[in-house]
Amino acid sequence: MNSVTLSNSIRFILLLLAQVIICNNINFFGFINPYIYILFIFLFPIRKNRMILLLTSFLLGLLIDIFSDSGGVHAAAAVSLAYIRPILLKSSFGTLYEHQSVKFRNTEPGSLITYLILGTLPHHLILFSLEIFNISSILLILKKTLFSSIFTIILSLIIIILFSRNKK
Amino acid sequence: MQQIINFVIRNKTFLLFLLLFSVALALTIQSHSYHRSKFINSANVLSGGVYSTVSSIDKYFDLEKENKILAEENKRLRERLLNNSNASHTSGIDTILSEKKFRITIAEIFKNSYSRTNNYLTINKGNKDSIKQDFGVITSKGIVGIVDNTSDNYATVLSILNKKSRINAKLKSSDHKGSLTWDGNSPFITQLEDISTFAPVKVGDTIETGGESAIFPKGISIGTIESFETDISGDTYTLQVKLFNDMTNIRSIYIIEHLDKNEIINLESSIDE
Repeated sequence: MNSVTLSNSIRFILLLLAQVIICNNINFFGFINPYIYILFIFLFPIRKNRMILLLTSFLLGLLIDIFSDSGGVHAAAAVSLAYIRPILLKSSFGTLYEHQSVKFRNTEPGSLITYLILGTLPHHLILFSLEIFNISSILLILKKTLFSSIFTIILSLIIIILFSRNKK
Repeated sequence: MQQIINFVIRNKTFLLFLLLFSVALALTIQSHSYHRSKFINSANVLSGGVYSTVSSIDKYFDLEKENKILAEENKRLRERLLNNSNASHTSGIDTILSEKKFRITIAEIFKNSYSRTNNYLTINKGNKDSIKQDFGVITSKGIVGIVDNTSDNYATVLSILNKKSRINAKLKSSDHKGSLTWDGNSPFITQLEDISTFAPVKVGDTIETGGESAIFPKGISIGTIESFETDISGDTYTLQVKLFNDMTNIRSIYIIEHLDKNEIINLESSIDE
């Protein structure tokens, strides 16, 4: 097991535990929870096989579902995010991605924020649509998507900034 | 044949995505039907173990509050006991003949949830404590939900804050009955549907369980009427019920087993045939 695999496995476990123990219980204003486990999918090494990313995302989503009794909603949303990730990388990092040389620790903050926003919104939309599963509650779905996304994006940025300082 | 294999190899990422997404979708749809979320639930060794470890640390932080709740309940029970013993001297005939109808188990909530539209709780009793599906769950203040899935040591509870939950309830002042549901908005307010417009409904009246199902005994308090409105049909009221329980803040619970449940269910199913 090399160091990249090891650090990703540790990140997998830490994000899973942080999500189910802390973030699922925040309930800001009664209903807003951040879903920081998607950081695992965002920060997954770019050069690795996409099949592995899809499988690990599915596993992570399924574990979150088991912990929070939510059927398969997190698994579905996580797999979708993992599948559309190349498009997100291309549109937010442009040529850097085409040269396969994106390093999340020292990219421009602007592109990083775009990347997080573009990824978080569809993930949360799929998540809440499947969870509420009722087209007549579309306003509730959009409200939850918007507020939780803002929370998730801010928290994700903070985590990325904090942990990249440590490594230098 | 060659072309098919080429197609699969070329689109392997998309096909894998499609496969995983449909598995997740199937699990989601399954979880939306009552009592079907058999495989994906938190009553298992892994999640139960994690939650019990966290809970064992976490519970020290609200020991004082728990003590206060227990003391209040003791006081209330003691008052009822004293009043009851006076009453039984005058009419003590029936009490000798009446058998025990309910068995109560105490348990503790590991995982509470109230911000989603389908909420489940995880508790620390399971098959080993002879907890089974469809047992009622209450606190000292009011009802909490119904046991859904069980494993050896843990169980999940379908909270009343769940769109799938329908519980038989009635007005305390009269015997008009309806079903308690939840619209997914506030964790403090539930809805009581199908109350006849003949019922004497007043804001502030108490709502309690109806005792028609074999899950909850009659007369467990639920909440008070906050407001009410007539349905579109004009024949029934929908009441907004403010819960006695603060569902966002509960730990100690009681599980109720109705000992005559099988008898009632057998009797009712024999009528259907």
